[in-house]
Amino acid sequence: MSELDIVGPQLAILLTAGAVLVWDALQPSRRRYLPFIALVGLAGAAIWTTTWVIRGDFQTAFDGTFAIDKYAVFFQYVFAGITAVVVIASIDWVNRVGRRQSEYYALVLTASAGLMFLAGARDLITIFLALELSSIPQYILAGWGKDQRSSEAGMKYLLLGAIASALLLYGMALLYGFSGSTLLTDIAAAVSETGADSRSLLVVASVLLIAGFGFKMAVVPFQMWVPDVYQGAPTPVAAFLSVGSKAAAFAVVMRLFFEGLGEGFLSDDWAMIFAVIAAASMTLGNVFAIVQRDIKRMLGYSSIAQAGNFMIGLAAISIVGDHFVQGASGVLLFVAAYAFTNLGAFIAVITISQRIGSDNIGDYAGMWRRAPLLALALAFCLISLAGIPPTAGFWAKLYVFNAGIRADLAWLVIIGVLNSVVSAYYYLAVVRTMFLGEAEDEQKLRISPTVAVALGVATVGVIVFGFIPTPLVNAAREAAAIFATG
Amino acid sequence: MPLTVLVFLPAFAGLLALLLPAGRAQYARWVALAGSLVALALSIVLFFDFETGAGFQFIDRETWIDVGAFEIQYFLAVDGLSLPLVVLTTFLTTAAVLVSFNIEYRPRAYFACLMVLSTAVLGVFTAMDFLLFFLFWELELFPMYLLISVWGSGRREYSAMKFVLYTVAGSAFMLVAILALAFSAGTFDMQVLGTETITTAVLPLRWVFLFLFIGFAVKLPIVPLHTWLPDAHSDAPTAVSVMLAGVLLKMGGYAIIRTCVTILPDQANDYGIWLAAIGSISVLYGAFVTFRQTDVKRLIAYSSVSHMGLVLLGIGALGTTAMVGAAYQMLAHGLITGMLFVVVGLMYERTHTREIGRLGGLARQMPLIATGLVFAGFASVGLPALAGFIAEVTVFLGAFQKHEWAVIMAIFGVVLSAGYILWTLQRVVFGPVRHEWDEADDQKHWWEHASVVGLAVLVILLGVYPDLIMDMLDPAIEVVSARVGA
Repeated sequence: MSELDIVGPQLAILLTAGAVLVWDALQPSRRRYLPFIALVGLAGAAIWTTTWVIRGDFQTAFDGTFAIDKYAVFFQYVFAGITAVVVIASIDWVNRVGRRQSEYYALVLTASAGLMFLAGARDLITIFLALELSSIPQYILAGWGKDQRSSEAGMKYLLLGAIASALLLYGMALLYGFSGSTLLTDIAAAVSETGADSRSLLVVASVLLIAGFGFKMAVVPFQMWVPDVYQGAPTPVAAFLSVGSKAAAFAVVMRLFFEGLGEGFLSDDWAMIFAVIAAASMTLGNVFAIVQRDIKRMLGYSSIAQAGNFMIGLAAISIVGDHFVQGASGVLLFVAAYAFTNLGAFIAVITISQRIGSDNIGDYAGMWRRAPLLALALAFCLISLAGIPPTAGFWAKLYVFNAGIRADLAWLVIIGVLNSVVSAYYYLAVVRTMFLGEAEDEQKLRISPTVAVALGVATVGVIVFGFIPTPLVNAAREAAAIFATG
Repeated sequence: MPLTVLVFLPAFAGLLALLLPAGRAQYARWVALAGSLVALALSIVLFFDFETGAGFQFIDRETWIDVGAFEIQYFLAVDGLSLPLVVLTTFLTTAAVLVSFNIEYRPRAYFACLMVLSTAVLGVFTAMDFLLFFLFWELELFPMYLLISVWGSGRREYSAMKFVLYTVAGSAFMLVAILALAFSAGTFDMQVLGTETITTAVLPLRWVFLFLFIGFAVKLPIVPLHTWLPDAHSDAPTAVSVMLAGVLLKMGGYAIIRTCVTILPDQANDYGIWLAAIGSISVLYGAFVTFRQTDVKRLIAYSSVSHMGLVLLGIGALGTTAMVGAAYQMLAHGLITGMLFVVVGLMYERTHTREIGRLGGLARQMPLIATGLVFAGFASVGLPALAGFIAEVTVFLGAFQKHEWAVIMAIFGVVLSAGYILWTLQRVVFGPVRHEWDEADDQKHWWEHASVVGLAVLVILLGVYPDLIMDMLDPAIEVVSARVGA
């Protein structure tokens, strides 16, 4: 029982996914309750996670392959929150599409359970299974729309995802061959004992792992799928991909590299790889984002750039004080802030695009007069993405940059801040269009209450953490403290 | 407490103005005027309550964010250097409100922006925590962007964006420098930073100095980072030009003295000669380019570049007298150029042109405005008994020993300024009467009289009784020059 108790939140979500399907079969006339069942399940998972926080005696299960600790708890909250917001944001769209509603929610929930498993996975096999559990539903969801573009997005995502999984497995196989174990703790022990002799093997394994996860994170040079998939996939799904799988990939990479491959001689190598990828992602993502006319493609490229920002935290292996904590807590903080912010932006975009029937940024002109609250919320989210105070995004960026400075990565931080300037240009260009542009059509937009709630939560989060960042920062630091031994 | 009230009072008044019901939008100006007058009165009270030579006073200090990695304080204080600038800001805010008294397009939002701008500038002058300082520095961008792009003229969106991008690019470097400094010193507290000796940082200290300097030099502005200024000035509404020339540029000069020189005195000594050289190049280049201008506002803008070069020249000399002169030049330039923009704004309202070629003989048609223009023009040339004269003489006296040739070049620039101002006055105010403007009326509203006369009185006061300010500046600057060992 106690082991099931440890994976309770994940099980709760999987059971809810089943319940959603059953409900649809038994009560086809009451489909409108489906999202609420999903939300209840997610709330249950969050509450179960909370009981672990209250109990405080964090432990591992299944022979050490899965852990519940402050780090896992942090991400479980983030994923439950992300999924809940995505479910709420999907309601309108799913109703409009009409077909296979229960399957949609069930897939979202299954993917969410996979993400939550990733948060606590401490074993290569568990990591891989959890990753596939979250990925396969997302491949399907990306092709959920009825048009050709969505099918193309789904197919592209599936094929490239399969290649990434193969690379990942290859890297894992090398690690297993080296250490004779799939447990991260065993791998860490092997690395510190005899790793220095097999350094080149370990570096190759690291590169393959980074390539595999880099696909999920959507960093350069594994980013080719992003704009097409974001544009083609149904927007709620794109929102889910942009925050959910990205955050999960960072969660697992941090655990894998900091816990399993954190030995000093090795971490210098992969930290430099991360630093280079970070610089490339930020720069290319931002440069391509500038020229986009389609707001979903723009957000796609911006998410590549944002992943580069996260990655500064991965590269910031500080020699000062706690070995990994600065950079890791920066990544955690950034993930949480970005999740709120990007979801808020996507929800606003979903709503506006549905009402005006266009994804063209030019058609957002005068949105301030047509839908003041929507425009204001989107503006705050974009300002936060640009990292301008006083928003959650600013503190996240500041914290990560600070970690970078501490880790002697001043060159990377300079690239980072210069990129912030570039990103401010295209984010604020949208804000300018909404507030200063002249609308061709003065008709007011109607917003459904569910969207208003989801958007309100995201925006208020962005602003509240902009003025009172301390609780979030402290939570991120505590979660990252599990790496303090390094 | 008084400083907190003073800093946020304008923003509060702006918020009140914004919240007025639509039917009472015309009262926004009165709310703004009341707010700015109370702030002015409060700053004057502080000015006379200030104990000269007793360091930082009216301290408001709370811990804002404390997350281990960094502690950020809410820390406001003024010394003899910043307090005169605070009074200048509240005074020019009042003048800016008065000159925009007859604004009709969206007055509530307009005055809200203007007042938030005032709060941001006051925050920059009073913040003593480096990160808080940075936040106020960035806060100033939003109202400026809106004021230029919504209420401006000509290529207003282009100019507003250019202004923002220049400033943000500069502050990106600034942020890196701030983080690097704070990491080496372990604090963001500018008072502590200004007394400790920092010998190492993650970046070479000369880079830190350079990065800070770039951030501030954009604002000052120096040649060749000045090209945003003429665009911003020519497209901004009158009140915004007043604020821009009057106080925003001073943020740059103030920050160089307060941070570059005070925190990194050794680097300041190394690069003082470069500062002086750039300063006198700005003086000369600005003066030459001014001659070629045909638009009155661009002409004043380029003359600002020239005059702000004197500030940098004074700072570059690093002696007490020269830096006091630089600080005095900031005040004098704020008042004189503020007045020039007020008068030119009045003229533009009546003629709707700023082309020097289309103006002429205005002394007959609008004698009061012409008088104001001649007065401000003479003050700008540096006529004795007016504020500008004292400032220029002090800078030259202080800097001559250290950088002879730079001073000689700069003096030549001042001679040029007499040329372009007198030539402009001759073309605009005197010469043959143009019947095109026969119908145009003269300065007639009480608010127009009040702003012009108020500024003129101060220009005279600072010209005949410099000790009023000098006594306050002297001890504060002595602390700085003692740091650099002059």
